[in-house]
Amino acid sequence: MTDFDLVRKNLFRKPLRTILLTISIFMAFLIFGLLVSLNVGLERATESGSASDRLIVSNKINFTEPLPIAYVNRIAAIKGVTGVTHSSWFGAYYKDPRTSRFVGFAVDPETYLTLYANDVRIPQAQRQAFIAERTGVIVGKAVADQFGWKVGQTVPISSNIYAQPNGRRSWDMKISGIFTGAKPTDSTSALYFHYDYLNESATFGRDQIGNVAVRTASPDLNDAVAKAIDASFANSPYETSTVDEKTFARAFLKQAGDLNFIVSMVVAAAFAAILMIVSTTLVSAMRERTKEIGVMKTLGFSSPRVLRMVLGEALMLSTIGAVLGLGTSAVMLGGLSKSPVGANFGDLNMSPVVAISGLLLAVTLGLVTGAVPAISALRMSIVDALTRR
Amino acid sequence: MTDLIQLKTVTKNYRRGKEEIAIFNGLTMTIPKGDFVAIMGPSGSGKTTLLNLLGGTDRCDGGEIIFDGERIEGYSEGQLAAWRARNVGFIFQFYNLMPVLTAEQNVELPLMLTSLPAKKRKDNVATALKIVELADRAKHKPKELSGGQQQRVAIARAIVSDPKLLLCDEPTGDLDRNTANDILKTLQQLNKELGKTIVMVTHDPEAARFATRTLHLDKGAFAEITA
Repeated sequence: MTDFDLVRKNLFRKPLRTILLTISIFMAFLIFGLLVSLNVGLERATESGSASDRLIVSNKINFTEPLPIAYVNRIAAIKGVTGVTHSSWFGAYYKDPRTSRFVGFAVDPETYLTLYANDVRIPQAQRQAFIAERTGVIVGKAVADQFGWKVGQTVPISSNIYAQPNGRRSWDMKISGIFTGAKPTDSTSALYFHYDYLNESATFGRDQIGNVAVRTASPDLNDAVAKAIDASFANSPYETSTVDEKTFARAFLKQAGDLNFIVSMVVAAAFAAILMIVSTTLVSAMRERTKEIGVMKTLGFSSPRVLRMVLGEALMLSTIGAVLGLGTSAVMLGGLSKSPVGANFGDLNMSPVVAISGLLLAVTLGLVTGAVPAISALRMSIVDALTRR
Repeated sequence: MTDLIQLKTVTKNYRRGKEEIAIFNGLTMTIPKGDFVAIMGPSGSGKTTLLNLLGGTDRCDGGEIIFDGERIEGYSEGQLAAWRARNVGFIFQFYNLMPVLTAEQNVELPLMLTSLPAKKRKDNVATALKIVELADRAKHKPKELSGGQQQRVAIARAIVSDPKLLLCDEPTGDLDRNTANDILKTLQQLNKELGKTIVMVTHDPEAARFATRTLHLDKGAFAEITA
């Protein structure tokens, strides 16, 4: 028999209590694993989809407000700009807006595929077909896989924003190509189609676009170019706000609130509750064993050794709960990553950093919850322990 | 016979609130090696405190406690713990076995404090259980054993590391007469056959008869010595 055996046997002396505590800790780490990985996944998607030499020009009031399409040529003429394209949010879905939404943009095909050549990977023949076909659309692999679409197929793509003069909310689009991302983990839950096709048939927003993407000659010129663009349209009905792509992506994510803050608060609340529950239970469990601790010390177990065993119980408990919680969240994230909904969030797989952080958190939780009973066991005098009723 | 334990002018006080109560005020005694001594006395006479001082689980305020030639009253807590593990076996009134461990695991506990290899530990545990005639109950947990059997396991735990001294605090206080006599015969056997020095605190004159001598403690002093 070793100290580890003693710790294990003591931990499971009341199996129901231990199981309930493990479930509580499991839930906290499940929440931690899921929310932190989601947050990290979104951050990673923001980082990987952003280039350092690209700027996004949007309406100064809000990026959901439109800009005139005439701005594209004016921006292209500004010094330091080497490429320009535009895109307009379409609010795309296929058949059912509740279950089959995806990212959809109306774009200028040639300039868009040039500016985003590294991000939207498509065979040359499919690229040419897309540019040539007015009703053409390129869809991400995730979308194509989700709906079983093939190149050459015509599908009705609906919008939750636009409508046609006849009241129809869908546009028939011919699939010209299927694109992938720069990395296998990049999100491909998107589609791009011709802006002209939308512009000629939409009932509102004619000759208006969502935003303009700009490539600069060098990232060092970003600030100067952004200022020059915004200055060009100052005091106009459509003033602009130009920021680098990463900043824009973060602002886009913040539409849903400060995710970092929300995740931190939810995780903190879960752990605060667990901390109270586990430490109270461990203190009461240790009080039940006061006499046994006195006996162990009487037999010759030193106080530091008893302290280590009590702390060991708390650590074992928190580690079991954490491993189960993190493991389950890793499995769930893996499944979610492969699902169409999850594809919108980029690579959701649990990163080693999240897993290691979780394990460190488990150790901290074990040490904090075990501290009070362990110190009281350390200080307990044998005479007091053996006479306590 | 040489002395195993010597207490020289030992003082011990307890504080109760603002009041300091003297338990021993210059207690002196010797216990020779191989002795089996019963300590009797009324409640509050200091019997258990004496046992705690002899076993190094409590500290005296003054005087000397000499065990087999070494002074132990100045030992640190860690030194005392190691000393107890080497030299003293404890038997309590209510057995104080670990409920989550089997009989043999309970007996093995003191051996966890030694560097004995697993095989040797196993052999020692089997021998100790055989001495107390409980070899067939090795895999049973305390709740599956009678009071007498639990006390036998406690005795096996006390002797497994071959200590020089056994300290027994009312070892038969929770047992019926017949079972108590069996336990006391076992202690007598350990004293006579294995030469263990035994100090037993008891209220029971019948139990005291199994000892080789009885010391009567009253108000912190030995009032009378009977053979």
